[in-house]
Amino acid sequence: MISRRDFCKKSLLIAGGIAVPLSALELFDPRRLMAEKGDGKKTRWVFLVDTQKCVGCGFCVKACKIENEVPYDANVTRTWVERYVVTKDGRTHIDSPKGARDGFETTKIDIGEGRFEEIKNEDIDKAFFVPKLCNQCDNPPCVQVCPVGATYQTADGVVLVDRKWCIGCGYCVMGCPYGVRFFHPVFHVAEKCNFCYHRISQGMQTACVDACAFGARRIGNIRDPNDPVTKVIMTERVNVLKEEYGTTPQVFYLGLTKEVK
Amino acid sequence: MVHGEAWTLKEFFTYPNEYIYWTIQIVMYPFMTGLVAGAFVLSSLYHVFGVTQLKGIARFSLVFSFALLPVAMLPLMLHLQQPQRGIEVMMTPHFTSAIAAFGIVFSTYAMIVASELWFVYRKHFVESALHLRTIDNRTLSEHLWHLLFSALTLGAMDIGHEALEADERAVKKLAAAGIPVACFLHGYAGFIFGSVKANALWMTPLMPVIFICSAVVSGIALCILTYIITMEARKFLAARKRLAYPELPSTEELKSAELHVVTMTSKYLVMFLVAAITLELLDLIFRGYTAMKSWDILRSVIYERDFVNIFVIQYGMGNLLPFIIFLTPGLTIRRAMLGTSLVLLGVFMMRWNVVIGGQAFSSSLSGFMHYVLPIWPDTMETYKEGLFGALTVALVPFCLFYLFNKVMPVFKDTH
Amino acid sequence: MKSHVWRPLYAVLLVIAAILVARKILVPADFGIGSRGYMYGWHRPSNEKEWQAVKVKYRTAQYCKDCHRDKYDEIKTSPHANINCENCHGPALGHPDDPRSLTIDRNRELCARCHFRLEYPTSGRGKIRGIDPKTHNPGLDCVTCHWPHDPRKTGHGGAKSALTSGNPAPPGLTASPVLEPSTPRKEGRS
Repeated sequence: MISRRDFCKKSLLIAGGIAVPLSALELFDPRRLMAEKGDGKKTRWVFLVDTQKCVGCGFCVKACKIENEVPYDANVTRTWVERYVVTKDGRTHIDSPKGARDGFETTKIDIGEGRFEEIKNEDIDKAFFVPKLCNQCDNPPCVQVCPVGATYQTADGVVLVDRKWCIGCGYCVMGCPYGVRFFHPVFHVAEKCNFCYHRISQGMQTACVDACAFGARRIGNIRDPNDPVTKVIMTERVNVLKEEYGTTPQVFYLGLTKEVK
Repeated sequence: MVHGEAWTLKEFFTYPNEYIYWTIQIVMYPFMTGLVAGAFVLSSLYHVFGVTQLKGIARFSLVFSFALLPVAMLPLMLHLQQPQRGIEVMMTPHFTSAIAAFGIVFSTYAMIVASELWFVYRKHFVESALHLRTIDNRTLSEHLWHLLFSALTLGAMDIGHEALEADERAVKKLAAAGIPVACFLHGYAGFIFGSVKANALWMTPLMPVIFICSAVVSGIALCILTYIITMEARKFLAARKRLAYPELPSTEELKSAELHVVTMTSKYLVMFLVAAITLELLDLIFRGYTAMKSWDILRSVIYERDFVNIFVIQYGMGNLLPFIIFLTPGLTIRRAMLGTSLVLLGVFMMRWNVVIGGQAFSSSLSGFMHYVLPIWPDTMETYKEGLFGALTVALVPFCLFYLFNKVMPVFKDTH
Repeated sequence: MKSHVWRPLYAVLLVIAAILVARKILVPADFGIGSRGYMYGWHRPSNEKEWQAVKVKYRTAQYCKDCHRDKYDEIKTSPHANINCENCHGPALGHPDDPRSLTIDRNRELCARCHFRLEYPTSGRGKIRGIDPKTHNPGLDCVTCHWPHDPRKTGHGGAKSALTSGNPAPPGLTASPVLEPSTPRKEGRS
């Protein structure tokens, strides 16, 4: 007759033994990794930005404004490009004139209110461009703070604004750590990049991705293991913006360095 | 110009879409709800805790709290880009957002104050309705007053001794229930700011508590101030009318603002003032000590750009001076008036420094935004979000108070 | 509850009832919790369809390829291969029905977006050959001397063309091709 102690020991051993191979299967199944929360969703849109490739031409900003009917001359934009110039004295100079809608037309840094800062070429240690857009976060703080349910996240991860329901309180604009939201000057409701939802929903790419001639912007589906964007995110050294806020942003950056705000 | 561009000056690097979106109306809103909460708490000190010296001011502050309620809605209506959709907060509230709590809390509070007022003034309503009923051939105005008072009685015409005792018990219960609701009304406003992790200045768990304490402070201060002004104004008006109607009570018979009432109330004022300033200084000290990533730009905003707003006006004039005024012995009515006015200034500046100060720096932590308050309203937008909009909000409660006083007189001894 | 004390409660209940009735009328019937839960998915689902139905403006080079095959091939084998047609010609929209023809943006500022020389070695921008627009033939359209569909070829000239003014073409650049679509539009093309 087996003793109680031996019975316990043996059953724990057997249970543990069975558990190990099962869990190993879990760990090494790439499909399981891809499906993360296991919610069975086939599509989750993600974006990839390569800051080494961006040249600051601003075609993306122009295309976005036209595609998404954001008034061209208004000083708001769904996406923009920032220029970073780090000089030998250790200072970082950053600007984004009109969100880079017209590119960067001068070497002078725009510091607001019509004032500019001259930078001599020989003083430049490094200089690069960083495109920015809505991160379509997995934990979007903007959606959390909407008091009426006018902004929400779709099953495929895009955060949208219901123009007919938004009351224009601006809480979502204040809640976004990335400064991506604004008030639409014509509709007077909250507005932001929505990954050109009308394009990606019919197999096209976003307007900014199509306009970029340098491959600095790419859109993909993280749930598709064969998507080239997914492959880059999984295998290369990517980073995200302001990770400490816990928003789990889904725009991944190659070449994101400490200067980027 | 996009919304916000007209009154925002941007310096160094700010994100392209960043403007000062929450302006003077968002400063007025917590200020007004703070007054509401404070006035109610003051009234409840009498009804619940039986602080008998406050009887004179209790009724006054209750009616004033009710007059402030619709005004608390006004800054929001003026701020919303789609004010006609404001009711959606009641229809499809998203309770993960602090603002959605507004619908429930505001309504609950409004119903409690309205109910409490009903019990306090029921005898007056019944007597007025019955009196008007006795008049034959009522004029149109008398007819309308009769309709109003009859409706306000809600059919409960019994003003016998037991019924009135029942009223008193109900008032006590409502006043007690109302205190946490009043605190919540303003506490959630603090939560609105304190929970925004994207804003380095706002994000702190202390924010709701700081807001509640300074709300109570402002409510008490406003009630003391208005009480003094109204009592003195009555004497002044009576003196002028007595020339025509000598049968009116003389200035000696009309009570002035009573010093012992003011002294008692200002003790509570000082207590809450101490609590508010302690928490604010605590927050500041912790920020400087821990020196997180945002500290560089926050330090620049707090100690350089906003130094005068914060240390001179809010802490100096709004806290330190009132301390000196109220704590030195021999408080007079005049000193109390000065002290309470300064306290109100301090509380207003606290709201300003939180709301505007929190938008004085960019989320990039590499740039600044300066708020230029629109003075002259040349467009609807600059009216609503400018000085004149704020003045409208500031003046409406007094107009409402004047109107409410006709239905629910604060000075007539109705018991 | 015979006591009059409960009267205000009845008034309150009346107000709540009014709000619920208003809610029934004003709130769209499909408003509710979506697949992302109450925190992230509280919305009106029909809005998603509304966003998907937005009109597409930019059609991409694949759309232009069918009628303008020669230009497509020319640019795709040139250093400007990755530039989308619509970057310089504007969105295709309903072209060729509406608009009948697209504009050609010959502004210097357009080319200067990439070709304004910026000495940024740590960025892709530093690798693009460029000029200073203030000193390099100011006032002249870039296309006077440079053919955008293949920058190795000479420009065909514009209003301010060096060629029409009688000046010789700059050395080292070959002649440029013509403008009309090589594959004429077939009737009934959707």
